[in-house]
Amino acid sequence: MNINATLLGQVVWFALFVWFCMKFVWPPIMGALTERKQKIADGLSAADRAARDLELAQAKASSNLHEAKEKAAEIIEAANRRANQILEEAKVNAKTEGDRLVAKAQAEIEQEVNQAREQLRKEVSALALKGAEQVLGAEVNQDAHKQLLEQLAAEL
Amino acid sequence: MAADTPTGYIKHHLSNLTYGKVPAGTELCDGSVAQSEQWLLAACESEMDAMGFWAFHVDSLAFSGLLGVLFIAIFAMVARRASAGVPSGLVNFVEMVVEFVDTSVRDSFHGKSKLIAPLALTIFCWVFIMSSVKLLPVDSATGLANLFGLHYLKIVPTVDPNITLAMSFSVLFLVIGFSISSKGFGGFIGELTLHPFEVKNPIGKVLFIPINFILETVALLAKPVSLGLRLFGNMFAGEFVFILLAAMLGYWQFIGAVPWAIFHLLVIPLQSFIFMILTIVYLSMASEHH
Repeated sequence: MNINATLLGQVVWFALFVWFCMKFVWPPIMGALTERKQKIADGLSAADRAARDLELAQAKASSNLHEAKEKAAEIIEAANRRANQILEEAKVNAKTEGDRLVAKAQAEIEQEVNQAREQLRKEVSALALKGAEQVLGAEVNQDAHKQLLEQLAAEL
Repeated sequence: MAADTPTGYIKHHLSNLTYGKVPAGTELCDGSVAQSEQWLLAACESEMDAMGFWAFHVDSLAFSGLLGVLFIAIFAMVARRASAGVPSGLVNFVEMVVEFVDTSVRDSFHGKSKLIAPLALTIFCWVFIMSSVKLLPVDSATGLANLFGLHYLKIVPTVDPNITLAMSFSVLFLVIGFSISSKGFGGFIGELTLHPFEVKNPIGKVLFIPINFILETVALLAKPVSLGLRLFGNMFAGEFVFILLAAMLGYWQFIGAVPWAIFHLLVIPLQSFIFMILTIVYLSMASEHH
């Protein structure tokens, strides 16, 4: 149990190991631990941020959906309106076209009638002239009786 | 030096392998008388007793060095591999120990020092490893020594008071160093001489300086002495019981030694922790201002 120079030897060992530990063991391990702590903290905050982002994105998505639905409804309504309008226009067009066709046909008919009447009149006047010639037995001067004939034709 | 009696056996197991200087005129183990003073490896107790201060416990120094290197090697290997990634196995264990020591230091020491945390880690792990060797059967060491022709071998360094006191007095030097660096040399001297008796008038102050100095010096020295002797006492007592069981029961020693070893699984970490935490506390006291 005597105290001797072993004491000094052990002091040397002790100093050596503490120095070595201070130089090569503690700093890298502590550094790694601190770095990992930082990494975990970063990861946690990133996860928090991601959760918040997700919430925001969901809210945005639902609002977008809502907006899209509204827009779609609007478009459908506009389309319906437009369809009605087109239908209305088509109806009007068809009616005017029909009217026009009817008017044209009538005009044509009238024209034909007039033509026929004119022809008839001419023929009647020619016939009358012939008849008169026959009756009178003489030649009627066409020029002399032109006025009379025209008057006659107009009366027909 | 085979010990035939229990007393001899115990004494043999508690002797260190000593290399030291014997003065001229010492009766050597072979019966001759040393003509001049000489350095030699003690082969019996009379030679050991003749050696003065200049003697080294070769086994204590060798094993404490070896186990210290073991500690440093394991931790340095982990330190090289340490990264912020996912730790595994040994790295995990070492980081747990480092974190534990770091927490203990942060709890007790509020100053800033690059030294104190590695110091605490070294003390804790080294004392723990050195004391753990005790769990080996007591005769394994001496049996090994006999193979190499050594007369003595004590493999548990902390059972040697030189080892524990060397560590605790190193702590004392650090305490003094921390005191001086935080309070200045004058402050340190003042702390030694102006407390615990404080007098206002100058004459009384001077009168009380020697008294204060004696009291404070005792208080200062009591710290490392108690620190070293506490560890030594605990380890010595434990080892003594192991040796006693081996001396009395022979191969049946395990009946007593196993429960005692299990009990020491508790004592060894506890004593390592106490040594570490007291070192931290002493150093934090030294660096605080009153």
